[in-house]
Amino acid sequence: MSIAWNAFTPASALIGGAIIGAAVALFVVLNGRIAGVSGILGGLARPQAGDISWRVAFVAGLIAAPLAWGLLAALPEIRVDTSVPVLVAAGLLVGVGTRYGGGCTSGHGVCGVSRASPRSVAATLAFMAAGFATVYVVRHLIGS
Amino acid sequence: MYTAASFAAGFVFGLGLLVSGMANPAKVLGFLDLAGAWDPTLALVMAGAVAVGAAAFAFMKKRKRTLLGAPVLIPSPRRIDTRLILGSLVFGVGWGLAGICPGPALVLAGAGSAKGLAFLAAMIAGNGVFEFLEKRKRPVAAPAPHA
Repeated sequence: MSIAWNAFTPASALIGGAIIGAAVALFVVLNGRIAGVSGILGGLARPQAGDISWRVAFVAGLIAAPLAWGLLAALPEIRVDTSVPVLVAAGLLVGVGTRYGGGCTSGHGVCGVSRASPRSVAATLAFMAAGFATVYVVRHLIGS
Repeated sequence: MYTAASFAAGFVFGLGLLVSGMANPAKVLGFLDLAGAWDPTLALVMAGAVAVGAAAFAFMKKRKRTLLGAPVLIPSPRRIDTRLILGSLVFGVGWGLAGICPGPALVLAGAGSAKGLAFLAAMIAGNGVFEFLEKRKRPVAAPAPHA
C-alpha cells in the first residue's frame, strides 16, 4: 500500500463530513429519525399513508443540493469510470443488499456508528470489508 | 414543518456529500483501493460526520420528543444476524464495483450524471426485488415484523 498524497483532501473531507453530521443532527433533533438514505428511499417502495411526504422531501433535498450548487458555482469533480453494465449490476446489489442489511453508509455508517449501535458497527465493518475486497479483485486480480 | 425539516436535512446532507468528495465515485474507489495508491480522504469524512453525529445523538438520548415535538423514532434492535451481515456484504460488493452508495446516487442524479441515473434506476429495481422476495415470504397482508 502507498498513500496517494496528491489525491488526499483532508480539509474538505473534515468540513464535508461535519456538514453530513450536521444534516444527521438536524434530522434527529427536529424529526427524531435516523438519516438513513436507503431506508428512507426504501420506505417509498411500499408507501403508507402519512409516511410519504417526509421521505419524498428528504430525497428531494438530496437531489436539489447539486442543482442549487450548480446555480451558484461549478460542481466539484464527479468522475464515473465504471461501465454502465457494471453500474447496473452494482446498483442492483446495493438496492437489494441495503434493504436486507437494513441500512447503508448513512444509516449504519454515520448514524449507527455515531450512536455506537453494535448492529450498525457490525454492518459497517461488513460492507467496508466487502468494498475493499471487491476493489482488490477488480483492480488487482482481474486487473481492469 | 416536519416535511420542511426533512427537505433541509436532505439538502444539507447532499451539500456535505459534494463538499467531502463522497459524491465523486472515482474518489470513493480510491479510498476502497487499499492495495493501490490509497486515498485516505473518506476516513476523515466519516470522522467529521461521526463527531458531529455523536454529539447530536448524545443530546437526544434521554429525550422522548424532538425540538419540534415529534416522537423520537430511533431503532433499538441489537441482534446481529445473518440477514444483517449478508445484506451488508452484498451492499459492499455493489459499493466496491461502482463507488456509489444510496446518498451519492441521488446527488449524482441531481447533478445530471447519466451513469448516476443508470445506477439509481438499478438501485430502485433492487429495492423492488427485495420487496418482491419479502412479499413472497409473507403472503397475504401479514404485518411486517417490527423489532
